[in-house]
Amino acid sequence: MDETKPGDHPPRILVVDDEAAIRRLLATVLESSGFVVHPAENGSLGLAAAAAVRPDLILLDLGLPDLDGVEVIKRLREWSPAPIIVLSVREREDDKVAALDAGADDYLTKPFGVPELLARIRVSLRRVVDQAPEPVFHSGELEVDLARRLVLVAGQEVQLTPTEYEILRLMVTHAGRVLTHRQLLSRIWGSSHLEQPHVLRVNISNLRHKIERDPSRPTVLLTESGVGYRLRADP
Amino acid sequence: MNNDSDDSRPSPEAMLKLAQAEEAQADRGKLKIFLGYAAGVGKTFSMLSAARQRKREGRDVVAAYVESHGRDETDALLAGLETMPKLRLDYQGVPLFELDLDAVLTRHPQIALVDELAHTNAPGSRHEKRWQDVQELLTAGIDVYTTVNVQHFESLNDVVEKVTGVVVRETVPDNLLDLAAEIQLVDIPPDELLERLSEGKIYIPEQAARAMEKFFQPGNLIALRELSLRRAASRVDDQMRSYMEARAIPGPRTVAERLLVCISGSPFGEKLMRTTRRLADEMKAPWHAVYIETPDTGRFSRENRKQIWRDLRLAESMGATVASVTAATVAEAVAEYAGRHNITKIVVGKPTRPRWRELLRPPIVDQIIRASGEIDVYVVSMNPGERRTATQQRRQLRTIPWAGHAAAMILVAGATLLCSLVQPFFSPTNMVMFYLLAVVLAAVRLGLQPAVFTAFLGVLAFDFFFVPPVFTLVVADTEYLLTFLVFLTVGLVISSQVARSRERAEALRLREVQTASLYYLSRDLAGAADLVAITGAVLRNIRESLKAEIVIFLADGEQLKIISASENLDLLDLKERAVADWTFRNHQEAGFGTATLGSADLLYLPLKTSANILGVLGVRMTDPADYNSQQHRLLLDAFAGQTAMALERVRFSQQAEQAQILQARENLERALLNSISHDLRTPLASITGALSSLRDQEGLDETARTELLATACEEAARLNRFVGNLLDMTRLEAGAVRLKYTPCDVEELIGCALSVLDPRLGKREIAVRLPPDLPLVMLDMGCMIQVLVNLLDNSLKYSPQDQPIGINARTDREWLVMEIIDHGPGVAEADLERIFDKFHRVPAPEGARGTGLGLSICKGFVQAHGGTINAAITPGGGLTVTIRLPLAPPPQTEGSTHG
Repeated sequence: MDETKPGDHPPRILVVDDEAAIRRLLATVLESSGFVVHPAENGSLGLAAAAAVRPDLILLDLGLPDLDGVEVIKRLREWSPAPIIVLSVREREDDKVAALDAGADDYLTKPFGVPELLARIRVSLRRVVDQAPEPVFHSGELEVDLARRLVLVAGQEVQLTPTEYEILRLMVTHAGRVLTHRQLLSRIWGSSHLEQPHVLRVNISNLRHKIERDPSRPTVLLTESGVGYRLRADP
Repeated sequence: MNNDSDDSRPSPEAMLKLAQAEEAQADRGKLKIFLGYAAGVGKTFSMLSAARQRKREGRDVVAAYVESHGRDETDALLAGLETMPKLRLDYQGVPLFELDLDAVLTRHPQIALVDELAHTNAPGSRHEKRWQDVQELLTAGIDVYTTVNVQHFESLNDVVEKVTGVVVRETVPDNLLDLAAEIQLVDIPPDELLERLSEGKIYIPEQAARAMEKFFQPGNLIALRELSLRRAASRVDDQMRSYMEARAIPGPRTVAERLLVCISGSPFGEKLMRTTRRLADEMKAPWHAVYIETPDTGRFSRENRKQIWRDLRLAESMGATVASVTAATVAEAVAEYAGRHNITKIVVGKPTRPRWRELLRPPIVDQIIRASGEIDVYVVSMNPGERRTATQQRRQLRTIPWAGHAAAMILVAGATLLCSLVQPFFSPTNMVMFYLLAVVLAAVRLGLQPAVFTAFLGVLAFDFFFVPPVFTLVVADTEYLLTFLVFLTVGLVISSQVARSRERAEALRLREVQTASLYYLSRDLAGAADLVAITGAVLRNIRESLKAEIVIFLADGEQLKIISASENLDLLDLKERAVADWTFRNHQEAGFGTATLGSADLLYLPLKTSANILGVLGVRMTDPADYNSQQHRLLLDAFAGQTAMALERVRFSQQAEQAQILQARENLERALLNSISHDLRTPLASITGALSSLRDQEGLDETARTELLATACEEAARLNRFVGNLLDMTRLEAGAVRLKYTPCDVEELIGCALSVLDPRLGKREIAVRLPPDLPLVMLDMGCMIQVLVNLLDNSLKYSPQDQPIGINARTDREWLVMEIIDHGPGVAEADLERIFDKFHRVPAPEGARGTGLGLSICKGFVQAHGGTINAAITPGGGLTVTIRLPLAPPPQTEGSTHG
């Protein structure tokens, strides 16, 4: 695989999961994709390994036997900027949101497909490599020129309200990654609006009607139910 | 009934008696009594020796209460035995030590040693007497060894008093002796006993020293020793007899004698009963004690009634069959009862009334002798010195019916007036008829005494006003004396006859009232289908017929719970509850008016049927005297029996219902297990098959490999969906669904559901129709996505590929209405309701497999939102599911909890 590599070495990925089967699967899949995998079977070992190995990315299971996953993220974030992708089951949506708000970059719901995982890893690694987004963003029929504040759908310019544009701009700069409701609300409206999710819903709905071909089956501005929104990035 | 049958098989009655005795013995503990005739004969010593022997044999023996009185030999024997600590009770500052009944029951040894059976417990103990403690131990299945002196037995009490001059107050019912499995006579010659006494080897409590001095006279001791030897011998005789009876061994049989004694609450009742018991013992005959309730007894004082009740209890404790009969006269009732029960001997007391009163009315003894026919009548002398103490004396309430007598005078005056009116036309002898009429009227209306009064007054008036010379009592013509005599006789006879029939009618009416109240209760109970109805009926009927307040306890496992109570009784203190509890555990009545825990406020009766005890009935009478009224108690017992039967009936029907519910639950569980094993195993089988063939099967071409991989992936996804459903279902079942309400865009909601199903939608047309002004709706997005996914999944499975699926949403007043419309085969009209039931599967087209869970989860989630879900047939065919959700979330605390 043609991976974008920070520096010269192949990217190191720390896998923290208490299930041996998952560690084995991830090791096999990731190593065959050109990553170096360091497994750890619980939170404390994971923290120690993160300090020793200095991984480029961390895959963290939230249901660890010894430490709370959110706690692990907080401790990592005290010193490490490495992207963290959280793995979790559907029934623990609140944990996912807490993990994202604590500093995780993305999440995946178990069971997940390997292509999906690799895509997420690539997106997160890219963030590390070049902080500045590309000036013109493409996803399907959508084209956003951040420098010229121009939004085109299938080549046609679309008029957005300032708020809608702000939402879209924020999502473009985090393209491919999930943004929680909380993150969106606090960045667009400020922390005073954290408890008013309906303004976000209304604006997202309006935005969809402008940029999606069928707003009831969105293909670009995706809903992560119970968590937030994600802008699909072209691979 | 008779023992004189010729054939040598045991009579059924004898067999039954034996069987009952053996049955009663089976789970009861066995009682062994060490019987002595005086303190110091060595009862405790013998008991301890026997106990040590049992212990050596490996039995679990405990000295529950043994008094060594500091004697070394006793202490030495006691040393090898486990001794229970005594219960300390402080009575007026004096510490008293008693048998710790509860501790022994808890310890539950095989054999408990309890000294001094006749002991009276300190106030505040559970029972008045130690022998009651012993009975409770026996009931609990503990064998008891105990000691007692012969003079403590109820029936010998007065003999002992007569012989020794010492009043023994601590008595033990005779039937305890009869119930004992074994009696060991502890005997030493009186000389030896006196020797031991002079050596100071016998413990004598200080306060009884004087009495004991009187006791330890050689003459007394010889007499007591004889009593104890005779008692033990008669016991051996009894055993022999019952053995022979049961095994039909021919032998010298006694004639079947039956004795009867009447109880009237008289001061001599006790002596009469003891005498009868002794006679019965000597004749080896059963005996009956009967209380005869006559119209006269209605005037008995409360104290007198209590005495009757005490006497009946005493008789019972001395082994008598006790009965209470309502009748017009004592003599008739006695004769009738005697005839019915094959009584051969009647015991009566010698009359003590002054002779002049016998002229008015023959003594009852004479009446009985006359009425009893062939039955022997024993007349027992009554020494006035043996009267009971003043408080126990019979005090008959003599209410003189002044009003009746006044009315009698008016009647006589009226008759006189009539006579004076008709005087010109009638001869004086015929005028007597008016007076006779007055007597009849008085007898009918006013009762016996006023009628008799009228008769005498009539004679005087007639003589005074109409018999020449008038206005004097002098009679000129002696013929009139005959008129007077006949008039008086006829008047008295009429009075007594009318009065008697009146009284008989009254007695009948009382009976009638009782029968009626029982009838009403049983009628009400028959109609009562549940607990509430039963307790209501009992409450109402007892209040009406007995003027009593009641509380009903029912067993709830091992505990007693108040189920229903009259208004004033719903709060009972702990002590009352403890008494109720005791009644429940021992299946015996307790509380006020009984010998057990008599300090309680209420009387407690067990609610038991032949097989079970179901609860306890607590009763508070309005009039405390009613507790001792035989009539009330009989009625209460009958009420308790009826109630228990009704309660048992309801319990049985509840059990049957429970069994049905259990069966239904079992069916559901079986369906769940079937479903789980089917729905988990099927995809697993596909996945395992695909993967194993990929790994092991050589020569697979690329198409086959792709196909196998696709199968494995699809089945894994299916498995994941099923597990998700299963989890949702479990959360719903456990009531653990916590809805997280957020403002929700319906379009977004639909979008999420469609994106979940995206891999399976393929080219299927999904027509979403939403009005542009649809507001945000407060709901739990995760749950509602799942609802839509399940519904759409269903439509995808059941409708053909080329048919579109419609999703509509709109608002209808305060509701959001969503419809999922497919054009598949639909569902039969009858099944429309049931498709939302758990594990209900509609016969599916080939390849469409459902878990039977999806729709019931939809229903659960929608209902958790306060909404409804319905299915209908799509016009033109297919199924339309309509969901209605409130636009505003139902009011909840914190807006998130839901079960």
